[in-house]
Amino acid sequence: MFPAPIERQSSSVQALYRIALPVALVLWLLPLIAVALTSVRSAGDITAGNYWGWPSSFNLVENYTAIFENTPIGKYILNSFRVTIPTVMGAVALSCMTGFALAVYGFRANLLVFFMFVAGNFVPFQILMVPVRDLTLQMGLYNTITGLALFHIAFQTGFCTLFMRNFIKALPKELIEAARVEGVSEVRIFWYVVLPLMKPAIAALSVLIFTFIWNDYFWATVLTQGADSQPITAGLYSLNGQWVASWHLVSAGSIVAALPPVAMFFLMQRHFIAGLTLGAVK
Amino acid sequence: MAGLANRINQRALAPWLFLAPGVLMFLFYVIFPVFQSIGLSLYEWDGLGEKSYVGMGNYVELMDDEAFYTSLKNNVIWLVLYMLAIPAGLFIALFLNQTVWGIRLYKSLFFFPFVISQVVVGLVFSWFYDPTFGLMNVVLKSIGLDAIAVLADERYVTYGIIAAGLWPQTAYCMILYLTGLNAVNPEQIEAGRLDNAKGWKMLWYVILPQLKPATFIAVVVTVIGALRSFDLISIMTDGGPWGSSRVLAFYMYEQAFSEYGFRMGYGAAIAVVLFLIMIVYIAGFLYKMYRDEQDN
Repeated sequence: MFPAPIERQSSSVQALYRIALPVALVLWLLPLIAVALTSVRSAGDITAGNYWGWPSSFNLVENYTAIFENTPIGKYILNSFRVTIPTVMGAVALSCMTGFALAVYGFRANLLVFFMFVAGNFVPFQILMVPVRDLTLQMGLYNTITGLALFHIAFQTGFCTLFMRNFIKALPKELIEAARVEGVSEVRIFWYVVLPLMKPAIAALSVLIFTFIWNDYFWATVLTQGADSQPITAGLYSLNGQWVASWHLVSAGSIVAALPPVAMFFLMQRHFIAGLTLGAVK
Repeated sequence: MAGLANRINQRALAPWLFLAPGVLMFLFYVIFPVFQSIGLSLYEWDGLGEKSYVGMGNYVELMDDEAFYTSLKNNVIWLVLYMLAIPAGLFIALFLNQTVWGIRLYKSLFFFPFVISQVVVGLVFSWFYDPTFGLMNVVLKSIGLDAIAVLADERYVTYGIIAAGLWPQTAYCMILYLTGLNAVNPEQIEAGRLDNAKGWKMLWYVILPQLKPATFIAVVVTVIGALRSFDLISIMTDGGPWGSSRVLAFYMYEQAFSEYGFRMGYGAAIAVVLFLIMIVYIAGFLYKMYRDEQDN
């Protein structure tokens, strides 16, 4: 293990490390801690300029009720779920199939198709922006949840295919060979042999895509407008305009927007990190 | 015999059936639009009326556009400074790579900034930089310095936004390195220790070579992250003050649809330039993947 385990050091070094850990953590998360504290401050604290001291009163319920009652934030959150969940399901379903095809079959265009997905996954969003917006308009899906989700599904399929293909490629080939010898059809091999083994990959991709899409801001501003279809990221931006200097409300809104991906991360941490660090170890 | 032929046919057809839905969606939403944008960059178009062909006109105009150069310069600054996330992430990973009680929770909490939306990161940092009550200026004033309005000052604004972006990006690199460190071969470390390699020497000659895959991914995601920078700029400054914090991604959006009118063709030309910069990295990445595939 590197660096050398701290247990091998003198007890004073160990004590120092134990103190340094929480101190470093507080400094690292200071911006977030400040936001969390501010989200429970009173409007009085804000006008008095008490941003960094201890709150004079804890208005947790008041502030959070206020943002849900006075703004469409609940609607934005709901929209985020309505975009994110179908995207996760769609992109994962499509990439299970594309990943399977690219990992199992040695046809001629295999690498070409695979590289198309990988390269497309890296292109700057701006080069897609105008044509994708046009396409969405032509399909009559501009400013709809469906239009936004469809684009996300298509785009995320690139990254998901890279992930799934490499995952399936690492599975033992003998399983598929054995099934073929038994005369099992290709579709049934996919469904009954490979898919059950893909559960960890499906879990990892699901949490990862959930977070990516939940946090998407660019496409939300390009393909939607207004509280009827905009997700929370774009919503928070427009609310920030309304809440000029009401930092306790901005903070409460930010916390609400951050909660779902944070909860997802903590619940599925192992899968999340497995997905994110794909390829970081040989 | 018929059965065998049928099976072989099935095996030739199966991959295309599995690929069809994914490939079709990817073609229509990602691959074709790239070419459509390249085509569009040769036209003048307001998004509604007729397109008129201007050839290289948009690109010629770009060469004389000061805002374009500002954006390009800022893109370079982003690219260079964003790389700091890699050593910073390695540093934190080394700091956290211990097995004391509760370390897993510490690792998760350090990773936090990456999980939250850049919109939230942007709001948090705008507030941190606020000239009257932001924490940064509270601290500056308390040690007797003048407050700096980071986001309103042309000299500092881009650096201020990059600092905000480095926060989640460092967390990302940290997690890559933590995973990498986990897989470092303990025998090689012991061998290094026997050779009296310690500290920096050990890190440089024994550990870093083994962390190469993690470093590679960290470089890839950091470059892509730097060139994709849009959210933070839109949230924190909207390109200002006076357009001084624009990058190509943001300037393109501004030209294509904003209060200045819809200049889709001109915007597309900017996007093509950004794409050409990105393609260097994409090609490098594909080349490495191709080599790895050949090895297997």
